[in-house]
Amino acid sequence: MRKMRMPSRPWHAAAMALATVLLVGSVAACGNSDTGDAGNDGKIVLGFSQVGAESGWRTANTTSIKESAAAAGIELKFDDAQQKQENQIKAIRNFIQQKVDVIAFSPVVESGWDTVLKEAKDAGIPVILTDRSVDSADKSLYKTFIGSDFVKEGRLAGEWLVEQKKGTPGPVNIVELQGTTGSAPANDRKKGFAEATAVNPSLKTIASQSGDFTRAGGKQVMEQFLKANPKIDVLFAHNDDMGLGALEAITAAGKVPGKDITIITIDAVKDGMQALADGKFNFIAECSPLLGPQLMDLAKKAHDGEQVSPRIETEETTFTQDQAKAALPNRKY
Amino acid sequence: MTDTRSRYRAVTGHQLFWPVAVLVVMLAANTIYRPGFLSVEVNNGHLYGTPIDILRLSAPLILVALGMTVVISTGGIDLSVGSMVAISGATACLYISEQPDQNSLPAVLTGLAMGLGIALVLGAWNGVLVAVIGIQPIIATLILMVAGRGLAQLITEGQIITINSGPYRAIGLGHVLTLPLAILIALAAALLVAAFTRWTALGMIIESVGGNAEASRLAGIRSGRVVFLAYVLSAVCAAVAGFMITANVSSADGNAAGLWVELDAILAVVIGGTALAGGRFHLSGTILGALIIQTLTTSVYAMNISPQTALLFKAVVVIAVCLIQAPAFRARITRQRRAAPTSPPTPAREKEEVPA
Repeated sequence: MRKMRMPSRPWHAAAMALATVLLVGSVAACGNSDTGDAGNDGKIVLGFSQVGAESGWRTANTTSIKESAAAAGIELKFDDAQQKQENQIKAIRNFIQQKVDVIAFSPVVESGWDTVLKEAKDAGIPVILTDRSVDSADKSLYKTFIGSDFVKEGRLAGEWLVEQKKGTPGPVNIVELQGTTGSAPANDRKKGFAEATAVNPSLKTIASQSGDFTRAGGKQVMEQFLKANPKIDVLFAHNDDMGLGALEAITAAGKVPGKDITIITIDAVKDGMQALADGKFNFIAECSPLLGPQLMDLAKKAHDGEQVSPRIETEETTFTQDQAKAALPNRKY
Repeated sequence: MTDTRSRYRAVTGHQLFWPVAVLVVMLAANTIYRPGFLSVEVNNGHLYGTPIDILRLSAPLILVALGMTVVISTGGIDLSVGSMVAISGATACLYISEQPDQNSLPAVLTGLAMGLGIALVLGAWNGVLVAVIGIQPIIATLILMVAGRGLAQLITEGQIITINSGPYRAIGLGHVLTLPLAILIALAAALLVAAFTRWTALGMIIESVGGNAEASRLAGIRSGRVVFLAYVLSAVCAAVAGFMITANVSSADGNAAGLWVELDAILAVVIGGTALAGGRFHLSGTILGALIIQTLTTSVYAMNISPQTALLFKAVVVIAVCLIQAPAFRARITRQRRAAPTSPPTPAREKEEVPA
């Protein structure tokens, strides 16, 4: 290699490249947080720090919050933390300095929030957590936590299956595609589903593997499930994407998804709803990102000093095939 | 007696013996667990069964590991292949998804060309950083490993792009002569690389650069050019793997496609007997390494090992494979076992022949 006789020109190139990267980075950074004085025309000012834009679910979450803020007449100061806790802490401190009326945020991680939450409390600004929680021992540091109940989602899926298989004689063989091993949604959905299906001993989960919440993972695992188990009656996938991946494996095995194998998933993203409407899925328990209206409602209550429950669940529903057909045209994500 | 022993040593001493042995043991263990594991039947005019799944799913890893073998042989490493997989797959899928007729062959070919094009550019970027500017390969390719993931998400706008294109799907799921097209593409690529490196002096040049870049340069080899081309080749292999991975599920997921494939590829290269320090490389060993890794993953699902213990199970198997592969470790074991008998001391590792 030419390391030995380093000419100066390549260094120029490297420096240029570095400068370009820095420039692009700073431009991007400018674009994602709008600073300015809090408006004082009587409107409630809500400072919101979002995790990032890592998935379609998250993008829908952001859109919902922005739209419902505009509809509720609340001035929204939106910050994208780009998956970094330090960005989020910085944003919250900015909100405190600007004296916003209410602060809301989706914590990137669970721990390390006590100091900045204390600062907000000392400044008299109520804080609302959305979607994800924090592990602070002092629950008075935040007003409330609004988000999905993953255990309930698993339970709803299980309860639907129990209802469907009420009179069915003989064992019903269930296979489960788990989410990322150890993640809260995977643990909780598994727990809820197991609790709900325990009432009928003929419902048996014969295999359960992690598909990592991805389509490729769901497909690869399902291929082996199908080969190892000649009789599979039900597939329960912890999210739509793994279920969508499994569809192809089921078809390749010469079975008809939705008929030979009953498929239950969680999330209700657009592709999943489409599969449900097409009769390939049988049931979806929703995990809704559209918590904007509820959040605005809470922000108003918090601003007026009203008491609110410390844990509020997102309004979520479930979909059957017919309901999916009706709901699909208006689906936002 | 001596004859059988020398023949035995000739077989066990072959660099492919231990990877093959490991693969056979894994398949046998699976067959004991479930007798139908190896059964293959004809379904819809093509072969269907777990062995076919393993072949099809290992195709992308074989491709990525091929490029990685050449890069490692030059004394480098390419950490950016996972991101490259995501970028090329996302580029092709994005283009195809915007076409009015996703099934049209020209549209699919254009999409593939775009994906390959961007991989060429990024591979050249890696090559320039390493070969021209002289940045350490692990750092130079780390840049794209991190930034490339972001680039892939930028292309997909953080969403999963779903496409419905027959010709594109065939790259991942099609069949030719009852065999999966993906594995045929991977093997064709392997043959191509083997032909270029073993039938010409290129292979020796690559190995000499990996052995001692400065000495090779003084001997008249343009080391920089060889290193540059290795990174471009690696990027192209990753791009084709990206097409396969996205075609397998007819969707491009910028976040998950090819995630950690660089580590699997490096592992496949090591299992195959190529030293991470560079120098001599073994393409057939790499292919076996990739097959072993995919068989391991499939075994976890086929034996229904719980996800919590699966990682530990894989780690134990990989450690065992690497130890068995290491001549020093084998020599120590055999020496202890044969401490008393009259057999001659284990000879130093013989010079390996260049495989065809």
